[in-house]
Amino acid sequence: MSDTSVAVETHESEQEHLALRHHFVTVEQQRNSSHLAMWLFLATEVMFFGGMFCAYLIYRIWFYAEFAAGSRSLDITLGTINTAVLICSSLTVALGVRAAQMGKRKLLVVLLLLTLVLGLAFLGIKGVEWYAKYTEHHIPGSTFNVSDLVQDYPTLHIDPRHEQIFFSLYFAMTGMHAIHMIVGVGLFLYLTYKAWKGTYGPEYYTPIEIGGLYWHFVDIIWIYLFPLLYLIDRKPLH
Amino acid sequence: MSVGMYYGIWITLLILTGVTAGVSFIDLGPFNTIVALVIATFKALLVVLFFMHVKYASEKLTKTVIIAAIFWLMLLLGLSLTDYLSRNLL
Repeated sequence: MSDTSVAVETHESEQEHLALRHHFVTVEQQRNSSHLAMWLFLATEVMFFGGMFCAYLIYRIWFYAEFAAGSRSLDITLGTINTAVLICSSLTVALGVRAAQMGKRKLLVVLLLLTLVLGLAFLGIKGVEWYAKYTEHHIPGSTFNVSDLVQDYPTLHIDPRHEQIFFSLYFAMTGMHAIHMIVGVGLFLYLTYKAWKGTYGPEYYTPIEIGGLYWHFVDIIWIYLFPLLYLIDRKPLH
Repeated sequence: MSVGMYYGIWITLLILTGVTAGVSFIDLGPFNTIVALVIATFKALLVVLFFMHVKYASEKLTKTVIIAAIFWLMLLLGLSLTDYLSRNLL
């Protein structure tokens, strides 16, 4: 490839040029490099969220009653719906990669737009949930009040300081997840625009794959957040 | 991967989500948490292997990075657990 003349290069399609940059030997090597780089980044993200999961783990062991009570105050219906929304968005992303692979530009754009709609729906529902926490005075701070958590449980004793830790972790973890969703929405706005312009096709669709990897990862984080935050103790009262 | 396989994984993920939520209302004692996490891990595996195409990845180095990240996380959580489950510090 190194002795390709300038005249020939200007006739190559944009995709072929993007698929094999001059510093790579083969197309496959370039693709593998991009994938490896994204997985290395996702490994750092595992560490990033892992720290918060570890904090959650320790405080849940120490303050189980408060964690269970706080968990019960979360809307399980909205949480389940949001989990389903993200799973659907992962499907649209995966089908989008396949559409790019097959050169179906319009289908790719539709699937990317669907992914965006689902991602924004998730964020909207999250906003509704956070607002509910605000009206219920469950946001840590001077307005924090959890007397409503013990109403149906007369023998339950809750230390408000420990309860604040649950809700601090709730907002930290779902907040950090939401920030990642917003970044994902931004990424996919860019990918949708480039896809609409015809940048991606069977020869070159790596950005769609890489963006997809990021999106799936954020979905996996939520797959763990949902049971850990919403389903600590939902056993019906005796 | 065929389109059918994508839809199959998707339906499985949705069903498992429903199962996770539903089982949480049944009293299984300490197994509620274990069941929830086992299902979550299975869902994550489906996403990683099939949606993220790791099952079909040819590059061994990529798979090594993924396993290394999970191994690191298990060290963090597992070794922390050996401390905090075996001592009463509060």
